[in-house]
Amino acid sequence: MEVVFQRPQALTEEKFSYCPGCHHGIIHRLVAEVIDELGIIDNTVCVSSVGCSVVNYQFFATDAIQAAHGRAPAAATGVKRASPDSIVFTYQGDGDLAAMGTAEIIHAAARNENITVVFVNNAIYGMTGGQMAPTTLKGQKTTTSPYGRDSKREGNPIRVCELLNSLDGPAYLERVSVHDPKHVIRAKKAIKKAFQLQVKGRGFSLVEVLSACPTNWHLSPLASIEWVQKELMAYYPLGVFREAGEVDGEC
Amino acid sequence: MKGNEAIGEAAIAAGCRYFFGYPITPQSELPEYLARRFPEVGGVYLQAESEVAAINMVYGAAATGARVLTSSSSPGISLKQEGISYAAGSELPCLIVNIMRGGPGLGGIQPAQSDYFQATKGGGHGDYKVIVLAPASVQELADMVGTGFDLADKYRNPAMILGDGFLGQMMEPVDFAGIKKSKIVEKTWAVGCKKGRERNVHTSLYLDPEELEKHNIKLAQKYELIAENETMAQEYLTEDAEIVVVAYGLVARICKAAVEKARSEGIRAGVFRPITLWPFPQKELRKAVAAARGVLAVEMSMGQMVEDVRLCLEGRLPVRFYGRAGGMAPTTQAVYEEIKKISLECKGVE
Repeated sequence: MEVVFQRPQALTEEKFSYCPGCHHGIIHRLVAEVIDELGIIDNTVCVSSVGCSVVNYQFFATDAIQAAHGRAPAAATGVKRASPDSIVFTYQGDGDLAAMGTAEIIHAAARNENITVVFVNNAIYGMTGGQMAPTTLKGQKTTTSPYGRDSKREGNPIRVCELLNSLDGPAYLERVSVHDPKHVIRAKKAIKKAFQLQVKGRGFSLVEVLSACPTNWHLSPLASIEWVQKELMAYYPLGVFREAGEVDGEC
Repeated sequence: MKGNEAIGEAAIAAGCRYFFGYPITPQSELPEYLARRFPEVGGVYLQAESEVAAINMVYGAAATGARVLTSSSSPGISLKQEGISYAAGSELPCLIVNIMRGGPGLGGIQPAQSDYFQATKGGGHGDYKVIVLAPASVQELADMVGTGFDLADKYRNPAMILGDGFLGQMMEPVDFAGIKKSKIVEKTWAVGCKKGRERNVHTSLYLDPEELEKHNIKLAQKYELIAENETMAQEYLTEDAEIVVVAYGLVARICKAAVEKARSEGIRAGVFRPITLWPFPQKELRKAVAAARGVLAVEMSMGQMVEDVRLCLEGRLPVRFYGRAGGMAPTTQAVYEEIKKISLECKGVE
């Protein structure tokens, strides 16, 4: 019998540690499929961050280093500068990238550092138990914004792609979602393009993936998908914000 | 050549080709020197957005097996402590230079030795140690770059050169021909290209308490080994010394002049200079005070190394402290007066 669907080589056999309905699993799979398709498993270095995906070096079957909270783009810069033939990607959540690591992500993008960033935005701190994130929506209740995020008190959410798009540096910025198959396919194309651009030495690429966190949103997985569409996508519009040059071949 | 620049040239001689840093007085001549020199030798110089980013770039480059250097001065080294803790936890070798200035806080920009605790007791969070070397001349500053890299590689641990602003800023003749081109050990653990081998992963995360304890025990055993094998110290006229002055770095040179003056006045004094601050040269100090009746610790701080001196001597001898701070340096005359005082005190005891 012909095998038509299997675990990508770039994923280990380790079981994911994510909650039911969480989108990290889908996003991991997309990254792994792209690594397989581009044939870069032997020279890819994953830079893990701090958050729910903190142990994703157990899941990606590549070389990996674990970076401090928010510092993955700096650590990835060190890897890439010292080992330019490696394909280096960070995988960061919104707490990691848009709060603690704001300086690191802005400057990596401004330098047009030739790395790829997979940025998973679920508008909340997952691992620490549902606290307010820099991307938490106005009115959204979290354990540290229990009355709903009030921009007068807690400030406003940060739109990372738009923020980085003000810089000359980045080669590619796109926001995608994985709430239905159509969008999953689009997300994979974006991730693939981001890695291809790095292979071609075009510079900094970031794909922001809107993601559900049923556990900390206190919603069912299905209701979470609706919330992504109605609320997250309303504040964080999908689309390509920056694309420097075409990538050869299919994508 | 200026001390800071000598570090840069010595790094090139030692085979280092990666530097990530951030400007701060009084060490900025080192990044400036490497920004100019590294392109000539195919090195990578990168000015980071902060000391925090710089040390994390070092962490990434170290993971690829590269010889990598960063430098800063006291407030910047505080910021680097996060990354140093991660490098120690992940056992990634690197060399960090701290050209100290006075603190706490923003303090000042003048030379000091007030980061001894931070350098030798860990510095960041968690149970770890950094190998700390304390040069006393520009030549030694240059020589210690290679030594620091070698020790870092040998033990897969961060190493630090702890100098003061005087050393960084002062000019002395320096000979680079003598710097041994050390053999860079093969790093089978490096990330980058995993063709034909198992994948390499570097992390300091151990969520299982039993695993983390095992990791801590393994690190502690490594530190014991370093303490056993790598202590260094220099002695001057200690053999018959009744008063031993303990000082590190440039201060030891001031103390040497004070000891000569004391000897000319009939006080048998000597200088003991720890070269490794961690591991502290305990065996060597105990031997050096064999004939002594009193010990004087001199520092450009309010008293930090003196605690290690007292721990080492376990109350067997009176230990007096003399320190200046904030960018003020002890004078030969002041140290001589202190030697005289402790000499009289010790006579009084007998």
